[in-house]
Amino acid sequence: MHLARVVGTVWATQKVETLTGYRMLVVQPLTHDLKKKGRPLVAVDTVSAAPGQLVYYVASREASKALEERFNPVDAAIVGIVDHVTIADS
Amino acid sequence: MFIARVIGEVVSTVHHEALSSLKLLVIEKLSPEGDSLGDSLLAVDSVDAGVGDTVLIMDEGSSAALVTGLDDPPIRTVIVGVIDEINIEV
Repeated sequence: MHLARVVGTVWATQKVETLTGYRMLVVQPLTHDLKKKGRPLVAVDTVSAAPGQLVYYVASREASKALEERFNPVDAAIVGIVDHVTIADS
Repeated sequence: MFIARVIGEVVSTVHHEALSSLKLLVIEKLSPEGDSLGDSLLAVDSVDAGVGDTVLIMDEGSSAALVTGLDDPPIRTVIVGVIDEINIEV
């Protein structure tokens, strides 16, 4: 799972059927000290996250298991909203 | 599987139901010699690892179901061992 910040929303009325009813959010992956890491991606939201919030998402095939329907074309799903991250000073 | 160090924790009260009562730790990938590879991510703890521990990470879905005892969780990265010693001979 990866830390990310929600930066936007994607609306697509014409899409694969199993995606109906799910919000799709644009997220920017972050390092543990909240710096940008790589490029933004689109993830299905399962926790009603809002733009600006710090979240974490699961990627690859396991992401599809975050949705009700068994078979769905999802490779990134937001599965939690972060309250806070504590990093030990190494 | 890969080797990592636990560098922090994530507190999250709003999350996918499959993650309830699971501990979320921030890990940093290490080379077998123990130096940081500069990439951090989140992992579910299943062996009571603590910050500072060197740990063994399993990064694949079906085993995550095995370790967490859940059927088909949206989880991929799980801490499956606390490493005492690594011995590289070649």
